[in-house]
Amino acid sequence: MLAAVLFAGAPQSGTNPIQGLLEQVAPAAVPAWAVVAATIGIGVGITVAIVSVIAMFGTWMERKVSGHIQCRYGPMRAGWHGWLQPLADGVKLLLKEDLVPKGADRVLYVIAPAIVLASVLAAMAVFPLAPNFYFADIDLGIFFILAMTSTTTIGVVMAGWSSNSKWSLYGSMREAAQVIAYEIPLGISLLVPIMVAGSFNLIEVSNDQAGWMGMNWYIWPWVNPFMLPAFVLFFIAILAETKRAPFDLPEAESELVAGFMTEYSGIRWSFFFMEEYAAMFLYSAVGAFFFFGGFESPLTWLVRHQFGLTVGVQAEAWSLGAILLTLTSALTIVVKGFAGVFLMMWLRWTLPRVRIDQVMTLGYKYLTPLALVCVLGAGLWEVFVKGFLPWRNG
Amino acid sequence: MKEPALQRIFYGALALLGLCALGVGLAKAGWSGVAFALFAFMTLGGAVMCIWERSVVRSAFALMATFTGVAGLFVLLEADFLAMAQILIYVGGILALLLFAVMLTPPDLNERKLSRLAAGALFVGAGALYLGLKITDTAHWFVRGAPLDGNVAASGSAERIGVGFLAAGPYQTSAGTELGYVVAFELAAIVLTVALVAAVYIARRKPSDLQPEEKAG
Repeated sequence: MLAAVLFAGAPQSGTNPIQGLLEQVAPAAVPAWAVVAATIGIGVGITVAIVSVIAMFGTWMERKVSGHIQCRYGPMRAGWHGWLQPLADGVKLLLKEDLVPKGADRVLYVIAPAIVLASVLAAMAVFPLAPNFYFADIDLGIFFILAMTSTTTIGVVMAGWSSNSKWSLYGSMREAAQVIAYEIPLGISLLVPIMVAGSFNLIEVSNDQAGWMGMNWYIWPWVNPFMLPAFVLFFIAILAETKRAPFDLPEAESELVAGFMTEYSGIRWSFFFMEEYAAMFLYSAVGAFFFFGGFESPLTWLVRHQFGLTVGVQAEAWSLGAILLTLTSALTIVVKGFAGVFLMMWLRWTLPRVRIDQVMTLGYKYLTPLALVCVLGAGLWEVFVKGFLPWRNG
Repeated sequence: MKEPALQRIFYGALALLGLCALGVGLAKAGWSGVAFALFAFMTLGGAVMCIWERSVVRSAFALMATFTGVAGLFVLLEADFLAMAQILIYVGGILALLLFAVMLTPPDLNERKLSRLAAGALFVGAGALYLGLKITDTAHWFVRGAPLDGNVAASGSAERIGVGFLAAGPYQTSAGTELGYVVAFELAAIVLTVALVAAVYIARRKPSDLQPEEKAG
């Protein structure tokens, strides 16, 4: 199935909503491969656009949040409350001179930002915006996301090593150590909701949490009491994975100038930033999918209730109910994702940076065993207690 | 010959070979042939670069192409789960660890010159090549229908693997009888756990390492 996604194969209509739509509007003379190629083009375009918009909104939000936390306004000049600031920044970055330091490994130096950005773009490809609006709906959803985002490390280490700078090398070594340490608790804590849902697929996990006014979200203790500690572990792990304070040791601007991106400038430098904000949103949205109900909110519940739609059943594409459901689902997941991003920013501008030995200790000695305990407890709950809960067996 | 010239010749030849491979793939099996040729070239080209490069770190980075190429081949064989596991474990985990270890090791360029070991390496390499050829002969590369031909089985590979790992013996599905692998799975888990504990035991600092003078006195 993934092969179909990667190589645009499988002209099965209905597997991909974009393709289905194109098949409806395309005249009969258009060959099947052209429709497939157009689907890929549109899908890639949408993915790149989403990542860019998230990155732009993220940088603006970071400045505003940090500003207000520090009792100032942040950017105010470009547009209303500075909302055009990211555009101005983008133009500035495009016009900046693109430097490659002397003694740098030129090839790797150029490839590194591309690998970093490609990893998050690939992960974004399986991110659904609504139950009936996605580019690739594969049964390995979260596994794919974790695999793709894990390759960011290689790009960062490559950037640090090829820069021929001590700051960069220190930053990238820290990144490698930190990410390896925190991938373990991240994966294990995600196992708790995966186990409860019985699926890797983001849409199926979201459908499993449908219920009266969002009261079936996994995070609620009446669903599984081990979910809340698992979420806390997950959140700490994603802070480390996205290199956000208090775990921003790979960048650590007060110690390492800018860590692995010290030597980068212009558009290549901005690739690292795009990756950072897109990864923040992606991980927050994954947290929303696996702990906070995904598309399910009182809003989507109301729409479904009002129009008599069933969970997991695709309604007629152009009916009012389906369109409203798509819009409210997209709104729900975007709001939840950015709520997580806001929490991460709040923490960044509140907490001091931890030392590298503290990072390692926390990851290996505390988070990993605690995550294992959570998995064990949640599994026992699912086997022995779930049967007695009427709201889990309806 | 000067080193940059050699580099240029080597990479030029590699790129030419890659283009040839893509052409042969297209001629033999259409677009799925191109996909296969691309991933096979990534795998082999990365391996060749890994041996060729004089810098150990660049060698390690070349391995990324190899690992990704292998993942792509798994995807072509419709083993999605295996492909994702390949990327997650080899690119995200083992390669990062490898780089970490390589960067902490002092560089020694003489180390990579040909030595008496070459004969042994050649022998082992020939054996591996023979084994690989055998395997490629028996693998069902395009039997189930290449993805580009629109022949994709919609069955979720994650579910099959999950059930297979936890079934004790052969069990029936709609597709036929499948084998259960719980014993092999658990045995592998135990072996890995033992290996991890042993590695920690060997690598840990003993009290005598920390205070040598106290031991002497």
